[in-house]
Amino acid sequence: MNALLSVDGVSKRFRGLVAVDRVSFEVPEGGIFAVIGPNGAGKTTLFNMVSGVFPPDAGTIAFAGERIDGLPPDRICRRGVGRTFQIVRPFPALSVEDNVIVGALLHRRHVSDARSHAHEVLRRLDLHDKRSQRASSLTLPDRKRLEVARALATDPKLLLLDEVMAGLRPTETDRIVAILKGLNRETGLTILLIEHVMRAVMALASHILVLHHGAAIAEGLPEQVMRERAVIDSYLGVEAIA
Amino acid sequence: MSADVYLNVAVGGILTGLVYGLMALGLSVIFGVVRVVNFAHGEMMTIAMYIAVTLFTAFHLDPLIMLVPIAAVMFAFGYVLQKRLINPFITRPEYSQFLLLVAVAIIIVNLLLIAFGPDAQNVQTSYGYDSFQIGPLIVDATKLYAGLAAIVVAAALFGFFQYTRPGTAIRACADNYTGALVVGLDVKHLYALTFGLGAACVGAAGCMLLLIFDVTPAVGPAYTLLAFVIVITGGLGSMPGALIGGVLIGLTEAMAGLLFSPSAKSMFAFGILVLVLLFRPQGIMGKRTAS
Amino acid sequence: MIAALTEGISRRAALLLVALLAALILAPLFAGDYLLTVLILILYFAYIGQAWNIMMGFAGQLSLGHALYVGLGAYTAASLYVHFGIGPWLGLLVAVPVAALAGAFIGFLAFRFRVAGVYFAILTIAVAEFARVGFDHLSWTSGSSGLFLPVKQYAHNDLWLLRGHPAMFYYILLAATVLAVVFCRALLKSRVGYFWLAIREDEEAARSAGIDVFRYKMIAVVISAAMTSFAGVIYAFYYNNLFPEQVFHISRSIEIILGPIVGGIGTLFGPILGAALLTGLAETLTAALAALGIDLPGAKQVFYGICLLLVITTLPDGVWPWVAKRIGLGSRSK
Repeated sequence: MNALLSVDGVSKRFRGLVAVDRVSFEVPEGGIFAVIGPNGAGKTTLFNMVSGVFPPDAGTIAFAGERIDGLPPDRICRRGVGRTFQIVRPFPALSVEDNVIVGALLHRRHVSDARSHAHEVLRRLDLHDKRSQRASSLTLPDRKRLEVARALATDPKLLLLDEVMAGLRPTETDRIVAILKGLNRETGLTILLIEHVMRAVMALASHILVLHHGAAIAEGLPEQVMRERAVIDSYLGVEAIA
Repeated sequence: MSADVYLNVAVGGILTGLVYGLMALGLSVIFGVVRVVNFAHGEMMTIAMYIAVTLFTAFHLDPLIMLVPIAAVMFAFGYVLQKRLINPFITRPEYSQFLLLVAVAIIIVNLLLIAFGPDAQNVQTSYGYDSFQIGPLIVDATKLYAGLAAIVVAAALFGFFQYTRPGTAIRACADNYTGALVVGLDVKHLYALTFGLGAACVGAAGCMLLLIFDVTPAVGPAYTLLAFVIVITGGLGSMPGALIGGVLIGLTEAMAGLLFSPSAKSMFAFGILVLVLLFRPQGIMGKRTAS
Repeated sequence: MIAALTEGISRRAALLLVALLAALILAPLFAGDYLLTVLILILYFAYIGQAWNIMMGFAGQLSLGHALYVGLGAYTAASLYVHFGIGPWLGLLVAVPVAALAGAFIGFLAFRFRVAGVYFAILTIAVAEFARVGFDHLSWTSGSSGLFLPVKQYAHNDLWLLRGHPAMFYYILLAATVLAVVFCRALLKSRVGYFWLAIREDEEAARSAGIDVFRYKMIAVVISAAMTSFAGVIYAFYYNNLFPEQVFHISRSIEIILGPIVGGIGTLFGPILGAALLTGLAETLTAALAALGIDLPGAKQVFYGICLLLVITTLPDGVWPWVAKRIGLGSRSK
């Protein structure tokens, strides 16, 4: 399988604090890749670099064979990388439908085409019947799915999900996991996700990267990574694998 | 023109600039703590100036002597304005607050226009035409007194924030709103206090400026703009920045008025504003980056 | 295309619109001279309000220096006429690009350098002020002493040179306002419109959804500036005199924003309703005071200030959404 995303030796410091320390990994096309680790490990900083919020201080990031490090977020999105935010950012005054239409319009000239595509996406995310509601009136689980829907509407090849399960009840989590698995299976969408909810990680991930203090301390198949001493000590705790 | 003329004009500009700085200090304090952009700042100063003019015309009371009472009145005005009108807007979008104060500014200017008419008014103090000679320098008495008064008031304000309990509490609020709430500070009261202090600054500055310039209702918006230029140049939220910015603008204005035409001097202020906004939006002393 | 534009308008709304339009078309036949000038003023502010609304209500950029574009439009067309005898419709071909360029300049400076929010507003004020003082010293436009257009007695209306009866200006402004509303509605429903709304709501999120924020902000500014300059041209040929002190003054810029804010930022009819309410009430106030023998310069402005204050504190979304709900026109386009 080809690597859709290649992160090579990427580092970022914020005034003396090393947030990400020479991290390298590859996300295979069609895979679901999870990045886990304690808070402050550098996961969101890594995401921010991949999605273009700020450039890495060192290292390169390549998407579909072309370098994207240093490009602004909108250019990267246009190349096929969609992202959601840890603290969801829907367009509050717009309807659910309009929120997703904005995403769909990225690669479509006409609003009517965008609307039909938006409806498809909304159906997949179980939001179709709420499409006329204002985004600000939605519950948190719905807003999370809206965030995913909007990113999905931009026809990404790689979807970056930043702690999308945070704050959700187990039933909600399972719902989103099912949607994501379906997307991955049916459309071959590659997913890179940051997660704390291990239930979701184990259900979804084909590969796991563990970050601690900005550095990669383990990488590989879920079963292997979960048993590594360093990972258990720094993050999981012994109970998690009991 | 000889160097003497330049020097005199420059010194005059610096002294005037100190008063501008005091005016801008009020704006900076309000923004730094309450995070409200007071678009009615110059208009508030105009109120103070008109109070001073009226007192002078009626009772021959020198504005510098009336400085404290007028500042106190402005303090009360600012306190009430913040507590009653502006406070609910803290959580509203930025442009909402801005427009609220635009409305207040419009009302103030035009009420003053109705009350006092459009003609310029000023005070002619007994020392109005005096000047001091210090070596080659010839300094206007009015500017010298105004500048010195500005320094005194600014120092008092610094002292308040550094050494008194309410002052420290206000600084705490500015640094960390939630933290201040958690330790039990009455933030609403402190915000109103701060706004009142900003208004008092502007009241004091108004008394000083009256010694140097005339007042018409129209100067309100002009001073608001000037205060913004100074504060942005010096650094929004930085107290020393406001003074430095004030002196810089006072100096530039004076020199521009000398070298080009007097009416073009405001163009320079705006030119500086544009340059600062583009290249160093946090200003000379600014700590925060814009937005 | 027509279907797309009219989609979402209930029969009720359509009937009201037609009735309103009919009333406006017939108005000059019944209105006296004074009322006609008031109506012209209302349409003028309704039109400019609509143009300003594109920048603020759609793209979220607060401009407090829109008088700049009015002035540039006015002065360009007027000086071309005074110096070269070029009629206003041809002058428009120069005036609009000039204003658009000024808008592009401000937009480029602001957006390239991430000047936003209140800072952006202050920048727009500064540029307008710069123009005010600058034009005072510009001899080609007669500086501060004012530029005067030659006025002949109008025996007949000269549409080409815009000389004639106020009713002619009325119909021009009416047509312009109607076209502006149609244009804005088309924009809102278009791809550009969606992107603007996204930018207005959350710029960073918009960027992450692939929107080239700089580009679309620039488009909003340029369109807004260009549209506003047309009003400037009309202003010049209607009043026949221009003074930098008046044309570029910040009070003009504030008058421009009052309509849309009172009426409702971001809505289609907000600017029109706002202009009608404010101008109508203000003129009534002035007339009432005059009838009582009181001449209070500044009373009108105090009135505007109070209206602005009331709207901001009690009806922040503006009067139009409130009215629309009351008369049963649920607004779907926000």
